[in-house]
Amino acid sequence: MIRIENVSFKHRATPILSDISLDIPKGGVVALIGPNGAGKSTLLSLVARLQPLQAGVISVDGLPVDTTPSRDLAKVLAILRQDTTIASRLRVRELVGFGRFPHGRGRLTQEDDAIVDAAVAQFDLTDLSDRFIETLSGGQRQRALVAMAFAQDTDYLLLDEPLNNLDMYYARALMRSLRSVADANGKTVVIVLHDINQASAHADRIVAMKSGRIIADGTPGEILTPDMLDTVFGFRMRVETIEGKPFALHQL
Amino acid sequence: MISAVSKPSLWTGLIAGLGLAVLFVLSLAVGVSPLPLNKVLSDPEAMQLLAVSRLPRTFAAVLCGAGLAIAGLIMQTLSRNRFVEPATAGTAQSAELGILLVTLLFPAAALWVKTLVAGGAALVGTSVFLATAHRLPPQQPFLVPLFGIVYGGVIGAVATFAAWQADLLQFLSVWTNGEFSGVLRGRYELLWIAALMVAVAWIVADRLTIMALGREASIGLGIDYARMMQIGLVIVSVITALAVVIVGMIPFVGLAVPNIVSRLMGDNVRGTLGWVAAGGAGLVLACDIAGRLLRYPYEIPVGTVMGVVGGAVFLWLLFRRGGHG
Ligand SMILES: Nc1ncnc2c1ncn2[C@@H]1O[C@H](COP(=O)(O)OP(=O)(O)OP(=O)(O)O)[C@@H](O)[C@H]1O
Ligand SMILES: [Mg+2]
Repeated sequence: MIRIENVSFKHRATPILSDISLDIPKGGVVALIGPNGAGKSTLLSLVARLQPLQAGVISVDGLPVDTTPSRDLAKVLAILRQDTTIASRLRVRELVGFGRFPHGRGRLTQEDDAIVDAAVAQFDLTDLSDRFIETLSGGQRQRALVAMAFAQDTDYLLLDEPLNNLDMYYARALMRSLRSVADANGKTVVIVLHDINQASAHADRIVAMKSGRIIADGTPGEILTPDMLDTVFGFRMRVETIEGKPFALHQL
Repeated sequence: MISAVSKPSLWTGLIAGLGLAVLFVLSLAVGVSPLPLNKVLSDPEAMQLLAVSRLPRTFAAVLCGAGLAIAGLIMQTLSRNRFVEPATAGTAQSAELGILLVTLLFPAAALWVKTLVAGGAALVGTSVFLATAHRLPPQQPFLVPLFGIVYGGVIGAVATFAAWQADLLQFLSVWTNGEFSGVLRGRYELLWIAALMVAVAWIVADRLTIMALGREASIGLGIDYARMMQIGLVIVSVITALAVVIVGMIPFVGLAVPNIVSRLMGDNVRGTLGWVAAGGAGLVLACDIAGRLLRYPYEIPVGTVMGVVGGAVFLWLLFRRGGHG
């Protein structure tokens, strides 16, 4: 379980997060939505100990993120950041292989190799595996980064807008992969999404943030209502139900 | 770490090894007094020359070359910028200032003491450089090397001024321009510590590769970023200080070799470290041999030869990068 208690965060004097409390039980897919600048990435980076906590407590499986040794946390929790740029000339398979680093500290066992191969195959990267990252298209690169996070094979997976740059095919494929690791392997996925229909189709729970606070938290059916979406995003949109799932027609 | 890294074939490795061996033997043979290698074992005088002068000189070139190339690689990793190296970003200048001060204050100090002081000064100088480099906007990659050159220039100017005041300018040039002609048995052995530093770099090779992905990626994979930064700084500073104190600084090795290896093989340090070390050793050996032959029987210091060769390579890298993005 990820437990976030009374977390606040300031940048200089500007409040970014205000008194956030959130429990995310083990297993399942939780979508984090909200307008630009709501604080989604900041919250995720605090959970992943990428920035020091200023106020409040965060623990993952009972391990406080600010005091647990980073290498222990890396076996429990993986994060894909929103703005990862890879300046190194690494091949796709090498990069994905570094996802195994927390487990073997650099020594790849046969089991590691198998996990890396599976992650590479899962995101259709087999044909690209010897290519340098810098030679890939934006979406291919994003898939390589997601594969690296998958290869880390942690119980908790934090993904900040992983659908960036992905075409419809791969966006759907990724969401289905997340669904299946959550269902089959009991993994916990926290994913920042701007496409609320993806959230509705694949997530168990949607948490909406705005201006550094959590303003809504519930099932897709509870969150995808015209009123609620108006509160979160600031305009009304039609919501239609297809096969029992609500979809927002936000393009209209 | 990763098995798929074995890109350069066995043949490439064999040829490179052979090339290095040829340079090594050439370096033993070339010099003012000829050393017929076929007679070494029977001729005690030749044996003496080999053991006292040629072998130490050749080892020194190999150790400095490999060490400085690795120091460059690590510095580029830590600053996440391909265009910095110890000779141009304040490390060497700080080491020079350090040894100058210890020479002024404690002229009788042992060589290892001076090296230690030079290493400490290099550590401080490089830390300041890196702390500043990390604050510069990453969108403008040339700011970092530019800042390094100015920063190194300022420290170098302080050293020059201090040396001038104390009438030690001649000493200073011994440290700023590398030369192997003075290397004799008993005077270079500390350089083997550079080999030790390369070994440490080998141990942390995977961590270095991850460090190059940035602070956040490193923390995400459970690496103690601050600690690794310190380890990298120590490696860079110790190697540079050793080079400065024992043979004098050799520019551009740390810049040219890692860049070329990166172009050819990528940045997986576990796979490239051996090539960077071998490339540095080969380049310095070749430049030293060239320096001995060009104006035979006079010698051109290796630092001077390298300045010309490395400068050309650096320009080539800059212009190539323009086309590459
Ligand atoms: N380094 C920084 N300096 C100043 N303000 C910052 C910094 N990083 C983030 N912020 C501010 O913190 C707020 C929250 O940022 P955050 O990246 O968490 O938003 P987000 O919800 O992820 O938005 P998006 O949907 O655009 O990714 C924003 O108002 C942003 O301007
Ligand atoms: Mg964000």
